[in-house]
Amino acid sequence: MEKFTSLTATACPLPLAGIDTDQLVPARFLKRTRAEGYGPVLLHDLRQNQGFPLDDPIYAQSRILVARRNFGGGSSREGAVYALVDYGISCVIAPSFGDIFAANAVGNGLLPAVVQEADAEAILAILQAGTVTLTVNLSLTRISSSKGSWRFSIDAEWRERLLNGWDDVDLTRSRQDEIDVFVKHYRSDSGWAWIEGSKQDHLF
Amino acid sequence: MSADLPRTMFEKIWRKHEILQRPDGRSMLWIDRHYLHEGSFLAFAQLTARQARVAYPNLSIAVADHYAPTRAGAEDAEAAGMMARLAEDTAAHGIRFSGWHDQDQGIVHVIGPERGLTLPGLIVVCGDSHTSTHGALGAIGFGIGASEVAHVLMTQTLWQKRPHLMRVTVQGRLGPGVGAKDLALSVVAHLGADGGRGFAIEYAGEAVRALSMEGRLTLCNLTIECGARCGMVAPDETTFAYLRGRPDAPTDFDAACTDWATLPSDAGAVFDREVTLDASAIAPAVTWGTSPEDALPISGHVPDPASITDPVRAAHAREAADYMGLRPGQALESIGVDRIFIGSCTNSRIEDLRAAAAVLTGRRAVVPGLVSAGSVQVRRQAEQEGLAKIFIDAGLHWGQSGCSMCVGMNGDLVSPGERCASTTNRNFRGRQGPGARTHLMSPAMAAAAALTGHLTDVRTLMAGRI
Repeated sequence: MEKFTSLTATACPLPLAGIDTDQLVPARFLKRTRAEGYGPVLLHDLRQNQGFPLDDPIYAQSRILVARRNFGGGSSREGAVYALVDYGISCVIAPSFGDIFAANAVGNGLLPAVVQEADAEAILAILQAGTVTLTVNLSLTRISSSKGSWRFSIDAEWRERLLNGWDDVDLTRSRQDEIDVFVKHYRSDSGWAWIEGSKQDHLF
Repeated sequence: MSADLPRTMFEKIWRKHEILQRPDGRSMLWIDRHYLHEGSFLAFAQLTARQARVAYPNLSIAVADHYAPTRAGAEDAEAAGMMARLAEDTAAHGIRFSGWHDQDQGIVHVIGPERGLTLPGLIVVCGDSHTSTHGALGAIGFGIGASEVAHVLMTQTLWQKRPHLMRVTVQGRLGPGVGAKDLALSVVAHLGADGGRGFAIEYAGEAVRALSMEGRLTLCNLTIECGARCGMVAPDETTFAYLRGRPDAPTDFDAACTDWATLPSDAGAVFDREVTLDASAIAPAVTWGTSPEDALPISGHVPDPASITDPVRAAHAREAADYMGLRPGQALESIGVDRIFIGSCTNSRIEDLRAAAAVLTGRRAVVPGLVSAGSVQVRRQAEQEGLAKIFIDAGLHWGQSGCSMCVGMNGDLVSPGERCASTTNRNFRGRQGPGARTHLMSPAMAAAAALTGHLTDVRTLMAGRI
């Protein structure tokens, strides 16, 4: 996974609350493979409305989105994150995120930056007044522009993962011995929890 | 940690599954049950890219539900392709799979409990946000994304940060004609669509204890709609009676019950947040807007944005009413519907179908509608009990089982601008199809809307039937 340290880029304001994952990628597009890419279907149905901000030419190079509360709630579809990432978005700034969406985002190198509601409004206001560039510094957990700067928060472990570009699977595999010890104990202690079948012993 | 400290049910289950804990607070958890559906193809592709195998194929169970056709012969080639792909991926990795022709097919969150695969004290995950459903049996169940699905397939573990704990206590009893769906929508409206973010919720209190297993599954199912990934109810005799004799229940069932009886939260266990609701104050609920938090008693009116002080919430009310084609102040009972849908992982179990049939029996619907039982087993039982005949005689379509019109991936869509009274879980813009307008409600309330053609307090149709 690519490391995320600091990003200076065009930021597009989406002054909407509750942009759920059904909006980020409608269900009918979820048959797409990763190789086909999800970028073209990002926010597909909302973009049918005239004047949707993302389609304004000044936001054509956006890598940052700024929205209102509860961004990415709803369905666990990781396609919502693929759509953002494939479109070129590396950071979403909002007062709150759906928990599953945020976990999916971090796993794909997309930063969900949580700001105070008043700060989200302030950032939306400067963007709508003509500012187009924001800097998001993950080491400092700060967002800045020519018009001001704001703190954002992110879970400490997620921050580490993004800064280092860590991969969960590699991390887990490095602890395989501990998993095996756990399983042996767990099976004797909670036998009723098991479904019979054999472990794939050619693994790892 | 002292063994004497009172512990919550969540904490007991979590600790039991904790393989290790990192200094940053992340835990590596053992996963007991991993359910798969057609959307899992993205995760299998990740395994292929890493040339990895499934660690414990016996602990993953797959079923075709999202693309399953509800009308025989109506499947399109793309949907059939999605189901075939799951069949191939699971066969390649030795995972048990039910296709839509199989006798044990159904919606993943219906068949898990129905087969006795979901049990108290387990950790259950699936690449679907409504995995919160399984907490109804006293398990920790939560939805995950495709990359986490791949991680579970490869390792049977997940890295998770322990959520905060909230207890929602519902005192007293629900009134006649008021059920688990009304309770669940009321909880979501009370907490807000992100009010449970970062929490696992334990439901408690007399009204929750009095719910059947089907009702508890509905309540836990909708937990994700307030932003909490996990909802749960302590196992009790209702749970044990439901599970006894299920095909995949433990062979030594009584020994398992002894273990499960130790799961409920200890007296004095501390929750990070406590919320108390009065069951007797809960009325049949419907949503008017585009978020499940937009739920009101059926006697209510579409909110007037001018009377909402928070500008963000006022903007939502305005935009939602505009999308839904409603006027501020309009009485909810005056809203006409074009069709109804009874089904989904929220409300497609036998008790849901009985509740709808009790309203419909001997009557005719004035709008079209689709009834989709949650599994082949539920469908059979409903046919044996005579419920299917009641739906058909009322003029509704009696369909096969699957996710169907909740999410429209199988082609069961609400047309643009059409209004649907639906027993599902999300009234998001376009959820049931582009431009579709969804009102969420209970199976009994959807049945009432079918009979009158508008949103209706089912209690007015229930004289002598409750």
